[in-house]
Amino acid sequence: MTLKNIVFSNLKRRKAKAAFILVGLLIGVSAVVAFMSLVNALTHDINQKLEKYGANILIVPETENLSLSYGGLSLGGFSFEMQEIQQDSLEKLRFIKNAANVAAVGSMVLGAIKVDSHGVLLAGMDFDAAHFLRPWWKLRGTPPGEDGVLVGSQAARVLQLGLGDRVVANHRELTVKGILETTGSQDDHILFARLSTAQSILGKEGRISMAEVAALCAGCPIEEMIKQISEVVPGARVMGIKQVVQGRMETLHHFQKFGMGISALVMLVGGLVVLVTMMGSVRERTSEFGIFRAIGFRRRHLVQIVLLEAGIISAIAGITGYLVGLGATKASISIFTKSVGVAVHINPAMAGGVILLAVVLGLVSSAYPALMAAKLDPNEALRSL
Amino acid sequence: MSYIKVENVTKQYGSGDAAVKALRGMTFDIQEGEFVGVMGESGSGKSTLLSVMGALNTPTSGKYTVDGIEVYGLNSEQRADFRREFLGFVFQSFYLIPYLTVLENVMLPLTTLKMKGQEKRNMASHSLERVGLGGKSNRLPSEISGGEQERVAIARAIANEPPILLADEPTGSLDSKTSKGIMDLFRKLNVDGTTIVMVTHNRDYAHYAGRILEVSDGLLAQQERQFREVKCQLA
Repeated sequence: MTLKNIVFSNLKRRKAKAAFILVGLLIGVSAVVAFMSLVNALTHDINQKLEKYGANILIVPETENLSLSYGGLSLGGFSFEMQEIQQDSLEKLRFIKNAANVAAVGSMVLGAIKVDSHGVLLAGMDFDAAHFLRPWWKLRGTPPGEDGVLVGSQAARVLQLGLGDRVVANHRELTVKGILETTGSQDDHILFARLSTAQSILGKEGRISMAEVAALCAGCPIEEMIKQISEVVPGARVMGIKQVVQGRMETLHHFQKFGMGISALVMLVGGLVVLVTMMGSVRERTSEFGIFRAIGFRRRHLVQIVLLEAGIISAIAGITGYLVGLGATKASISIFTKSVGVAVHINPAMAGGVILLAVVLGLVSSAYPALMAAKLDPNEALRSL
Repeated sequence: MSYIKVENVTKQYGSGDAAVKALRGMTFDIQEGEFVGVMGESGSGKSTLLSVMGALNTPTSGKYTVDGIEVYGLNSEQRADFRREFLGFVFQSFYLIPYLTVLENVMLPLTTLKMKGQEKRNMASHSLERVGLGGKSNRLPSEISGGEQERVAIARAIANEPPILLADEPTGSLDSKTSKGIMDLFRKLNVDGTTIVMVTHNRDYAHYAGRILEVSDGLLAQQERQFREVKCQLA
């Protein structure tokens, strides 16, 4: 026979009261978990979408003349006539502080060429990096080799080019190796060749017009990386394109703050439920505590009984609240995002945190009733019968 | 030297015009192994006296000593320890904990002692056997009769083998046959060496005691009227 036996026996007898406290805390815990899990899942979803954007840092020559729209994003601008970036200078990207966060660097040279009577933009690029930089590309055919060219869907239509056709650009004959399916971007209007091929055709050996850097991940310090790249590539303008989703992320943060506020309120109400119910329970058990004191229980033993009871209920509320909150998130995630298969995982740190939170809240809310029990005058308590 | 000494103990409830003097200066001694009955009318102060002797009710003035220990010189927690080591209580209403089994109720005074669970169970079982309820350990209090509940209360009071047993109207809610059985049990415990102080209304049962203290209006009758000591004739 220990204090634990008394606590468990009492909990078994007063199931309804224990359940009331449990539900009060459970609602609070599950609200916290639901909000946190939802925000985490949505953040993860957005990060994944962000990664699908491919490049998120652009390096372009410093310019004050023309503006250029690329990929639906305003990238500032540059002039084809202006000074380009030296290709060698990009080597320095390997030595910036956050070099490990750089997934791919894609150099690109751009220049206007004449194909038949049409003026068209020729882009030289690294097709190995295209997997990271333009993951949305779909080709018919294959990426081009030294003497090959990849044609944007609109360019193919206007120039009436098909796979295997030949194109002459600045006296160099190129074979159409692939045709890009419609992307809805400016890529549809461009001919793509290998970087060295395009540099040769355009007479820009060793020079590039712009570079794209894929550095997106949840923890990438993009702003810091932009600063680091600016320092090692002089004369270039380095821009982040994270702004596209920044608004949504901010909305998410506002939602998170709102959710935490609501959760705190719900937890507070849960705490009050525990406080009121435990006080009622102590009053109801006055005679019982009087007997305990009469037969030699110390005050701290009564405190232990009340707190142990609250701790057990709170821990159960924490565990079940976490699972209920997680379930609620899984059930409601489709309301907040149209993405299919957004994962809501068990997060041990969050689980531990909310269980601890529930136990602490339960104990803090029960501290006053426990002291009330300890201060009961045993003689008065026995006379109350 | 007396084992229990009550010296000029007073107890007043409230103050001013509303003050009620429950005990008005009581003095008496009890020897180790004595069986003392306390009698008196309702409101005479006998229950207050028992609560003072039970270290549950601090007297307004006076001194209460048990085995040389000045009980109300101890702090609240020390008095809790004192109750656990020296006293066993038997209440008129049994005060059994309804959600604990008979055995668990009897084990209650042992709960806070540092001893193995099996040892506690053995002591409680032994105690239950002494009151003749060895076979009802796993019943809940609601599953046994009133007389058996009283026996469980007695078993709980003697589970930690205290030297003093304080009983407040132990037969108050029992029929005469069951009451006689309880009183026989008390006498047996007294023969085994337990000092017993029992408050009762019933003079027949008071005669089980070796001495009767009559309380009237917060005073011992012997101080106000004539001293009266009744030797019980043990069967």
